[in-house]
Amino acid sequence: MSGAVESEAFRDAERERQADAFGRWIFIGSEAMLFGAVMLVYLTARMAHPEGFGEASSRLSLLLGTVNTAVLITSSLAMALADLLVKLGRRRAAAWALAATALLGLAFLAVKGVEYADEVREGLAPVLGLPFAFEGADPRGAQLFFELYFASTGLHAAHLIGGLAAIATVLATWRRSTDAACLRRTRAVGLYWHFVDIVWVFLFPLLYLVHR
Amino acid sequence: MSERIGAVPATYMGEGSGPRAWLLTTDHKRVAWLYLVALTVFFFLGGAMAVLIRVELATPAGDLVSDDAYDRLFSIHGIIMVWFFLVPSIPATLGNFLLPLMIGARDLAFPRLNLASWYVFIFGSGFTLYSVIAGGVDTGWTFYTPFSTMFSNSYVSAAAFGVFIVGFSTIMTGINFIVTVHKLRAPGLTWFRLPIFVWTMYATALVMVLATPVLAASLILIVLERVFGIGVFDPGLGGDPLLFQHLFWFYSHPAVYIMILPGMGVVSEILPCFSRRPLFGYTAVALSSMAIAIFGFLVWGHHMFVSGQSAYAGLVFSFLSYCVAIPSAIKVFNWSLTLRKGEITFETSMLYALGFLGLFTFGGLAGLFLAALAVDVHVHDTYFVVAHFHYIMVGGMVTAFMAGIHFWWPKITGRMYSETWGRIAAIVTFLGFNLTFFPQYVLGFLGMPRRYHAYPPEFAFWHILSSAGAVVLALGYLMPLFYLGWSLFRGPRAPDNPWRATGLEWKTTSPPPPHNFDETPVVDGPPYRYPLAEDGA
Repeated sequence: MSGAVESEAFRDAERERQADAFGRWIFIGSEAMLFGAVMLVYLTARMAHPEGFGEASSRLSLLLGTVNTAVLITSSLAMALADLLVKLGRRRAAAWALAATALLGLAFLAVKGVEYADEVREGLAPVLGLPFAFEGADPRGAQLFFELYFASTGLHAAHLIGGLAAIATVLATWRRSTDAACLRRTRAVGLYWHFVDIVWVFLFPLLYLVHR
Repeated sequence: MSERIGAVPATYMGEGSGPRAWLLTTDHKRVAWLYLVALTVFFFLGGAMAVLIRVELATPAGDLVSDDAYDRLFSIHGIIMVWFFLVPSIPATLGNFLLPLMIGARDLAFPRLNLASWYVFIFGSGFTLYSVIAGGVDTGWTFYTPFSTMFSNSYVSAAAFGVFIVGFSTIMTGINFIVTVHKLRAPGLTWFRLPIFVWTMYATALVMVLATPVLAASLILIVLERVFGIGVFDPGLGGDPLLFQHLFWFYSHPAVYIMILPGMGVVSEILPCFSRRPLFGYTAVALSSMAIAIFGFLVWGHHMFVSGQSAYAGLVFSFLSYCVAIPSAIKVFNWSLTLRKGEITFETSMLYALGFLGLFTFGGLAGLFLAALAVDVHVHDTYFVVAHFHYIMVGGMVTAFMAGIHFWWPKITGRMYSETWGRIAAIVTFLGFNLTFFPQYVLGFLGMPRRYHAYPPEFAFWHILSSAGAVVLALGYLMPLFYLGWSLFRGPRAPDNPWRATGLEWKTTSPPPPHNFDETPVVDGPPYRYPLAEDGA
C-alpha cells in the first residue's frame, strides 16, 4: 500500500495511479481519432483541389501562424515545468508555471482571433453567410480550403479552451488539495495540454505551408 | 465489510432508497439499473414507432400517415433504436453490472465517470427527443448528405447534436471497460481465463473508443454546414457528399459490431451452462471477437457499392466483407459444437440463446449476399437490406439482450421469475420475429424499395404477413415487462447460483453486496468447467 485510494474500486493506490494514467492515454487515443478524421477530410479535399488549396494557403498570415506555433510550444514548456516543480514539492512555483501555461494559451487564442478578424475583413471567411471573394484559378477549391481551415482551427481552439478551463479548475482547488492530488491533476491536465499542442504541430504545416 | 443484519446479508439494493441514493450512486450495479430503465423506455418508444410503420404498411395506399410523417417515423425509429438502445444496450446494462463481478473487482475503474456517462446519455438523448417533439427529422438514422445538409427542413442539427453528445457517453463507457479489464482482474484471472462475455466487452470497448470520435467528426461537420454554412459536403462549394458516407460508415460499420459482439458474449455464457459442456474452442472464440473488432474497421465501403465509389475500391471492400464473415462463422460453429453431446435443458434464457443462434446465422448469411457486388446492385436499398440488418440487430442483439436479462435476472434482483411465462414469451418472440422479417427478404428480392409509405398492390400479401408478425412480436416483447416486473417485487427469492453456472458472478450472493465480494476471489483455472462436480458427472 502506497497511500490512500481515491475510488472504492481499488485496494492499492499504485494500481489506481497506473489505471488513471492508462485511462487518460486511451482518451487521448480517442481524441486522436477525432482530429484524424478531420485531417483526413482535409487531405482528401486537398488531393482534389491542389491548386486552389495552394493559392488559398498563401493568403494565410505565415507570420501570425509562426508566432502562434512558438507561443503554444512555449506553453507546453511551462506545463512541463509545472509537472517537474510539483514533483519536487515546490507547489507555489508549480502553480505559477500552470498560470503561465494558461496565459500563453490565452495569448494563442488572442492571436488566432486577430487572424480570424483579418480573414473576415479580406472576405476570406465563407462562414455564417459572410461575403467570400477569391481571385484565382480555383476559387471553389479555395473556398473549401477556408471552410476546412475554420472548421479544424475552430475545433482545435475549442479543445484549447477546454484545456484552459481544466487548468483553471486545478488552480482553483490548488491550495486545498494534497500533494498527491496536485500531482495527479497536473499530470492529467498536462497530458491533455501537450496533446492539443501536438494537434497544432500537425495543423500548422497542413494549413500554412502548402505551397511554401 | 459484510454487515449482516440477522440472517439477511447486506445487498447493493438495500444501500439506501429514494432518488438521491439512486441518482447519485457510483455503484456500477445501480448505474446499470439507471441505464436499464432509460433503455427500456427508449426500446418501447422506438418499438411504438415501428408498430405505426407496420400499421401504415398493412395497406398499399398511404392512408394512415402522410409521406412526410412516415419519413419522420422511420427516421426516429432508427435513431432511437440504433443510438439510444442498441449501441448502449448490453454494454451499459449487463456489461456495467457484470464486468466487475466477472473479473472479481469491487467496481469499474472509474465509478464517477460511469455515473457521468449516464447523465451525458440522458442529456444527449433528451436533446434528440426535443427535436422529435419540435417537428421531427426526416433524413433516416444515417443523416446522409447532401439531403441532411442542404435540403431537409427538419430538425437535423438538434438530432445530430444529441447523437454527438451520446457519443461521449459511449466513449466514457469504453474507456472504463478497457481500463477495468486491464487493471482490475482478480489474482489468477489471466486473459485466457476470462469469460467470453468479458472478451466481447473488451472488443466492444475498443471499437467504441476508436470509432465513435470519427462519427463525432462527421456529425460536427454536418452541424457546421447547417448552422455556419461551412459546406464540406456541399458539391456546390467544392465539397463532396460521398465523403460523408465514408466518414459515417467508418464509424457506423464498426458500430454494427458494437451492436452484435456483446450479444455473442451473452450467448457464449448461456449455451455452455444449459448444455453442461465447456465452451468448444475457447481460444478461437475469444480471439475471433478481437478479429471481428479489427476487421470491422476495414469493410465500411460495402455500404457504398452503388454510391459512385470506384470499382476497384468496391472489389476490395467486397473481399474484406467476406473475410469478416470468417470469425463470425468460427463462433457459430463453436457454439454448435458446444451443444453436441450436451445435456441440454430449455430454460427461458436458453430458448432465447438458441433463437439467437438461428437468427444470427440466417441474418449473417444474407449479409454474404449483400457483400457480393453484383447481387448488391439488385437488392441495394430494398427490403432485403432491411430484413438483413433486422435479423442481426433484432433477431441477434435484442434476442441476446433478452437472453442475458433472463439469465442474470436472479443475480441482479435476487428474485426468480415465472419460467413458464418466460418460455412462452421466448417462443412468441421467435415466431413473431420470423413472421415479421422473413417476408421482408422476399419483398426486397421482388424489388420493394425501403422508405416508402405506399406501394403497388402486388406486394400487399407479404406486407400484410409482416405487419401481422409485428403485432405478435410486440406481444412477445411486452410480456416480459409484466412477469419480470411482477418478479421484481413478488418473485420467490433466488439462490446464489440458480443455474449451477460457473463464473465469479455466481460465487457471490444474489443480489451481490455493495462491493461485490466480501473477499477478493482467487481464480485457479479456465472458465466453463462444466459439468460441475455436483452435477454427478
